[in-house]
Amino acid sequence: MLLRHTTKEIMERSALTVNPAKTCQPVGAMYASLGIHGCLPHSHGSQGCYAYHRTALTRHYKEPVIAATSAFTEGASVFGGQANLLQAIDNIFAVYNPDVIAVHTTCLSETIGDDIPQIINKAKADGKIPDGKYVIHANTPSYVGSHITGFSNMTKAMVDYFSSQNGPKQKTINLIPGYVEPSDMSEIKRIAREMGISSLMFPDTSQVLNGPMTGHYQMFPAGGSKIKDLQSTGNSLGTIAMGRMASLAAARALDAKCKVPYEMIDLPIGLQATDIFVDSLRKMAGVNVPESLSIERGQLLDVITDMQQYFFGKRVALVGDPDQVLALTKFLVSIDMYPVYIVTGSAAGKKYQKALEEATKDIPHEVKIKVGGDMLLLHQWIKNLSVDLLIGNTYVKYIAKDEDIPFIRFGFPILDRIGHSYFPTVGYKGGLRLVEKILDAVLDRKDRDSTDINFELVL
Amino acid sequence: MADRNQQQEVVMSLDEQNPETVKADLLRRYPIKIARKRSKQIVVNKVGACDDVPQISSNVRTIPGLIGQRGCCYAGCKGVVLGPTRDIINITHGPIGCGFYSWLTRRNQTDPDSSEDKHNFIPYCFSTDMQDEEIIFGGERKLRKAIQEAYDNFKPKAIAVFATCPVGLIGDDIHSVCREMKEKLGINVFGFSCEGYKGVSQSAGHHIANNQIFKHVVGLDDTVREGEYKVNLLGEYNIGGDAFEIDRIFKKCGISIVSTYSGNSSIDDFSNSHTADLNLIMCHRSINYVAEMMDKKYGIPWIKINFIGAEATAKSLRKIAGYFNDQKLIDRVEQVIAEELPEVKKAYLEIRPRTEGKKVMLFVGGSRAHHYQELFNELGMKILSAGYEFAHRDDYEGRKVIPSIKVDADSRNIEELEVTPDPGKYSPRKSPEEMNALENQGIKFSDYEGMMPAMKDGTLIIDDISQFETDAMIEIFKPDIFCAGIKEKYSVQKHGIPLKQLHSYDYGGPYAGFKGAINFYKEIDRMVNSKVWGYIKAPWEKNPELTATYAWG
Repeated sequence: MLLRHTTKEIMERSALTVNPAKTCQPVGAMYASLGIHGCLPHSHGSQGCYAYHRTALTRHYKEPVIAATSAFTEGASVFGGQANLLQAIDNIFAVYNPDVIAVHTTCLSETIGDDIPQIINKAKADGKIPDGKYVIHANTPSYVGSHITGFSNMTKAMVDYFSSQNGPKQKTINLIPGYVEPSDMSEIKRIAREMGISSLMFPDTSQVLNGPMTGHYQMFPAGGSKIKDLQSTGNSLGTIAMGRMASLAAARALDAKCKVPYEMIDLPIGLQATDIFVDSLRKMAGVNVPESLSIERGQLLDVITDMQQYFFGKRVALVGDPDQVLALTKFLVSIDMYPVYIVTGSAAGKKYQKALEEATKDIPHEVKIKVGGDMLLLHQWIKNLSVDLLIGNTYVKYIAKDEDIPFIRFGFPILDRIGHSYFPTVGYKGGLRLVEKILDAVLDRKDRDSTDINFELVL
Repeated sequence: MADRNQQQEVVMSLDEQNPETVKADLLRRYPIKIARKRSKQIVVNKVGACDDVPQISSNVRTIPGLIGQRGCCYAGCKGVVLGPTRDIINITHGPIGCGFYSWLTRRNQTDPDSSEDKHNFIPYCFSTDMQDEEIIFGGERKLRKAIQEAYDNFKPKAIAVFATCPVGLIGDDIHSVCREMKEKLGINVFGFSCEGYKGVSQSAGHHIANNQIFKHVVGLDDTVREGEYKVNLLGEYNIGGDAFEIDRIFKKCGISIVSTYSGNSSIDDFSNSHTADLNLIMCHRSINYVAEMMDKKYGIPWIKINFIGAEATAKSLRKIAGYFNDQKLIDRVEQVIAEELPEVKKAYLEIRPRTEGKKVMLFVGGSRAHHYQELFNELGMKILSAGYEFAHRDDYEGRKVIPSIKVDADSRNIEELEVTPDPGKYSPRKSPEEMNALENQGIKFSDYEGMMPAMKDGTLIIDDISQFETDAMIEIFKPDIFCAGIKEKYSVQKHGIPLKQLHSYDYGGPYAGFKGAINFYKEIDRMVNSKVWGYIKAPWEKNPELTATYAWG
C-alpha cells in the first residue's frame, strides 16, 4: 500500500492539509507570463520559489521553462527587495534581452510589503528599462487563493499594463482561455478561425510550452500573445472569458478600462460547453456556424451515442481546479455518468459550490462535494464507498493504485505522461479525446476483470 | 585581465580551444560588476604539486536575474535528511506551495516493510496551508493544531516542522510550539528554521538539517545491534535505488549498515547511528557536518568513499576493509570485487567503442559532478567542463582549504553547533596509534580531496553556472552529452544535445555500485547514440534546391 496510513474514519481537520489539490499563486502567474511573446517571468522572492515553479512546469510540459528570480537573502528579507529587483532588471535586459519582464510576487516579498510599481518606476527613472521594453507586475501572495488565482492575477495584469482603446473598434474578439493546456489554447483559436472570426488570445502558451525540436534553442519561442495584440484588446468587439476563476478578473478589468463587453462562460469541455462557446462566438461576431464545425459536433455526438452504454451509471470521483472540475462535472452528467465525489483544492466560494450541487442534483446517489478540500478527504470517501473511475492530476495515481480504480489524468500537474500539451480536451475534437480516454479506462478494466467465459472480442 | 597574462606562458587547450578565451567569451555580455564576480567563479583548472588547484569562488550569493540552477534553504533542509525518511511526519509550516513542490518530487526509494512498524509517510504531503489571517495574526495556533491533527489522524512516532519564508518574518516560534507538543503528545516533535531566504543556496538547508537531526535524534537509542563492521552511510539518498545496490554489495561483504542518511531511511536508525564504528561519506557537501559532529561527540571517524563508478566502488570497499583491518573482511571484499568486476568490465568494453572520445559536461549538485566523472572515464569519454550548483570551496579544491575559507554574512547566520565529547558515550573507535598506522597505509580520515585535483589541466570549472553560460558552452563546444537537472534538460535538448539528469536520473537507475555502473554505461550508450537526434533536419531542409520535379502525366 502506498497511502497506507489513510483511514476510513474521517476526522474533522481545520489546520492540517494533507495531500493538497492546489498549489500557490506564483506558479500560475509564471505560467500565464509564459503566454506573452518574448516575456521572461520574474519571481520576486527567494530563489527557491522560481526553482520549484520552473521544476513543476518543466515536469508537466517537458519543455524549457525559463524564469528569473530576485534571489532574496536574509538581508533583502529584512531591508526589502528593491535593490535585488533593480539589479535583476538590469541584468535580465543586458544578458537575456526579453521584450517584457513579468514580475510576480511571493509570500516573502508580500509579507515584507515590497511596492513593485514603485520599484518599476524607479527602474524606469534610472534608465534600467530600455526603450520599447516593458516591466509589468502582478501581486501574487502565496497565502491567498491558489495557482489559479495567480494565473488570474497575471492575466489581469496584461490588461492593466497593455490594453488600451487606441483606435477604432475592430471586429476582433478577445479570447481569455483560462488555465488550460497550450493544446487547448490552439484548439480554441482554431474554432474561432474555423468560424472566420479574427481573435486575440491572452495568455497564449501554444508554441511556447509545446514547441518543436529544431536543434536551435530559442529562449523566447515563436508563440505567445504579442504586445501589439495585447495593446489592441481594448479595440475589440467583445471578450469571451472561459473559466470564471481564471479569466473573470481580466475580462472585467478590460470592460472597465476599455468598455469591451464580455461574456463569461464555462471552459468549453464537452459537447454542451463547446456548444455554448461556439454559440457565444457566433452571436458576438455575428457570423454563421460553418458546416465543418457542425460535422465536428455531429461526430462527437455520434461517438457519445455509440459509447453511452458503457458510461451510464458509472460512479466517478473528480479532483482538480475549480473551472475544470465544474465543466467536467457537467460533461460527465451529460453523458450519464455519476460524478459522486468532487473536490477542488482552491476555495472557489459558495456560488461555485451551488453550481456544482445544481449540476449533480439528479444523480441517484449521495454526492459529496468539498470546495477547498484535499486528496486525503477524497481518498477517505472512496475508502467508505468506492467509485468506478478516478479523474485528477498525477498525484491521484497513488489512490488509484491502492484502491484499484481506473484512472484518467486530467489537470495540473501531470508529471508522468506526455500528450496533454499536444492534444486538446476542449472543443468538439477535445471532447472526442476525452470520451476516448474515459472509454479506454472503463473497457480496459472490463477486459481485465472478465472471466475467460465472459471475455468478449467485440464490445 | 590580469590572470590572463599570468596564464600566457602555458597556453592550455580544451578541445582545441583556449579555455581562457572561452572564459572571456562567457563573461563578455555581462555588466562589469557581474563579470567581475563571475570571473572568480569560472576557473581554468591547473593541478600543481600536492594537488594544489586555483582558488574558485563558490557558496556565494546568487546574482539576481542571471537565471541559475539553485534552490533554497527549505528545499535543502526538507529534501536532504528527513524528506527521504519514511517514518516521520514532516509538516511544512507555510503557504501551500513549498509543501506541494517537495511532495514526492525527489526519487528517494524506500522499503517500509523492512521496518517493524512499517510506517511510511513519504507519499503524503502535510502543510499548514497558511492563509493571510495567519500572516497578520501569527501562525503558531494553526501549527499547534496541525500537529495535534497529524497525531490524531496518523499516530506517528515523530513529527518534524519545517519553516518557510514568511514564518521567519512574522516571528512564529516553531521551536517552542514543537517543545510544547512534544511534551503533550509524548512523541518526538522538533522543528527546522529553514526559511528559504537563509544562506545562498540549498546548502544552508543541509547544514540546518544536519544540526537538528544531531540535536534531536542521534544518540537517543543506545541498543547495540548484531552485526560486524558497523558503518553509517552518509549522504546517500537512494535515488533510483542506489542505496539498495550498495546495501547488496555490503551484505555480500559482511559489512553492516546501521543507518543511511538518508535513503531508505528510518528515524529509528538515525537515533541508533552513534553505535556504528565508521562513517562513510558519499555526498560530502550535504552531510559532512553530521560526520564531524559524530566524530567529536562519539569518537566515530569518517572517511570519504564513492560508490559511483566500478573502480571507485572497488577502491571504497578496500578502504573500508583497510579501516577494520581484519583479514576476514579484507579477503571477503577482494572476493566480492573479483566476482563482480568481470561483468562490469565486459559491459564497458562492449560499449566503449561507441562512447570513446565523446565530450561531456557536468553541472550538478554538490558531489555528483565529481562522482559521475568516474563512470564517464570508464567509458573513455572526455570531460571538458564541470561545476557544482551549491558546493563550497572544499568540494572543489579539497578540505585542506577550509581554514582559508572566509565566512561571509550569509554563512555566519547558519548555526554552528558546539560539540564536545559525550561524557558517557564518547569512545574513540581507534587509538591514536592505530589511526596513525592507518593513515600511513593511505586511509585518509576526515578528508576529501575535492573535484578539481581529479580533473585535467585546462578544463573549465564553473560554479553556479547560469543559463547564459550553459547556452554559450553548448554553442562553443557542442558536447555529446550534458549533465544537469530537470530545469536545464529541455533547453539543452532543444540544442539537439541529450541531457542526462543527475538529480533524478531521468527516472532510471540505480547507478551506484557494480550493477549500477552497468546500468549507467547502457544509459549513456543509449543517449549518445540514439537515432532521434539525427532527424532534426527534414529531407527538404537537407536538400532545399529542387533539382528535378515530378512530371505528371
